[in-house]
Amino acid sequence: MSVFQSDDPLLQVRNVTRYYGDRVGCAEVSFDLWPGEVLAIVGESGSGKTTLLNCLSTRLAPTTGAIEYRMRDGSMRNLYQLSEAERRLLMRTDWGFVHQNAADGLRMNVSAGANVGERLMAVGDRHYGNIRSTADDWLGRVEIESDRIDDDPRSFSGGMRQRLQIARNLVTNPRLVFMDEPTGGLDVSVQARLLDLLRRLVADLGLSVVIVTHDLAVARLLSHRIMVMRQGNVIESGLTDQVLDDPREPYTQLLVSSILQV
Amino acid sequence: MPVRLYLNNVGKSFTMHLQGGSVIPVVENVDFSVEAGECVVLGGPSGAGKSSILKMIYGNYRCDEGQILVTVDDNIVNVAGAEPRDILKLRDDTIGYVSQFLRTIPRVSAEEVVAEPLIAQGTSETEGLETARALLSRLNVPERLWTLPPATFSGGEQQRVNIARGFIAHYPILLLDEPTASLDAANRAVVVRLVEEKKKQGVAMVGILHDQDVREEIADRIIDVTAFRSEAAA
Repeated sequence: MSVFQSDDPLLQVRNVTRYYGDRVGCAEVSFDLWPGEVLAIVGESGSGKTTLLNCLSTRLAPTTGAIEYRMRDGSMRNLYQLSEAERRLLMRTDWGFVHQNAADGLRMNVSAGANVGERLMAVGDRHYGNIRSTADDWLGRVEIESDRIDDDPRSFSGGMRQRLQIARNLVTNPRLVFMDEPTGGLDVSVQARLLDLLRRLVADLGLSVVIVTHDLAVARLLSHRIMVMRQGNVIESGLTDQVLDDPREPYTQLLVSSILQV
Repeated sequence: MPVRLYLNNVGKSFTMHLQGGSVIPVVENVDFSVEAGECVVLGGPSGAGKSSILKMIYGNYRCDEGQILVTVDDNIVNVAGAEPRDILKLRDDTIGYVSQFLRTIPRVSAEEVVAEPLIAQGTSETEGLETARALLSRLNVPERLWTLPPATFSGGEQQRVNIARGFIAHYPILLLDEPTASLDAANRAVVVRLVEEKKKQGVAMVGILHDQDVREEIADRIIDVTAFRSEAAA
């Protein structure tokens, strides 16, 4: 427990385990996420990061364990006991999900403006002028020129698509955003721009974020706290700079010492 | 003056799993306190554990044994057992760290890098940037650089940006990790004045300073870290 802060967690995860047949995806994962906190889940491919992220975001039911979320009215609800309508509303309004591949998070055959506006319509906004001006505002915040508002994302570069996906997710003022390797597959210069943008938006909006990444530099730049996963288990967790500068577990020491120095 | 920081029997070692699990003892039974307005300098040769002590106080290194007690208003917080978010809160409001190495962030300008800790404490952006520019000017960072990201600055310029960032905000406890290393005489004198101003404001400081002249000017007390050397290492 915190010594001198008394706010409540946004997400409470207890003993979440997911099996695929008799193979373990992730095992006995427990943690709390606090408002405004960015948690990075790191580890190599196959370590269970994405399985855990999918369990947290109700995209994959855990085999056992409980995930509770603080709704806007302050009540804690078990995510897997919500009705389908409640769950969909949560995903459309209070949450965001940024995919590694922007095409998985965008509608590629409608305009950039419509991609952002669609989320607003889903929460009941019907005024075309408002929707368009909000969409335009958000495109500006993710540094997409307003003369591209009517173009569809197939004509966008990888970095632009990723920024559009972020605008689409943030337009409804979510409180919790899940990110799966948001900078994966981008050039370093494009990656740096996206990271800086994410860092500013997360701080300005006070977002809580769970971000999966295999890139420790991304974790260091964006996250407050880190969980290191290996073979489905969380093997080490704590303050990001503490885990990266004073790693305790053999596997974490191996990960940290494997970073290329530039 | 009231005690701001107390290290109670602190001990630290590193276990290097990639080198067959060899244990490198660093320090043990570290025991000292620092009062408001006092500057304590850690002495001893390289490798004696001075930096490790500073990093434990900041929560950057884990503390294996003992307590690191910090007063925050009417509370006492043990950094050694604090939750990550408590350590982050301490770093926002209570403990500052001035190091020589700047970790640059892409696309963030020098004046923004400097102003950030002050703005995080609730100062407006305009006032924060003004204070940042004044401090950059005191540390002789050329004005044409203020709006540029420091990634491409010279080593000395980056160091002075980082010193400005470290001194700008109001922390009751300030850790100085060789802030004057490789500075010229004029800038060393600026750092000495900054430290004196912090003392007058009642800031408790722990420093590592290899520069003999600077050390004599600002140290109220020197603690020889070799006294805390682990038995195993001796």
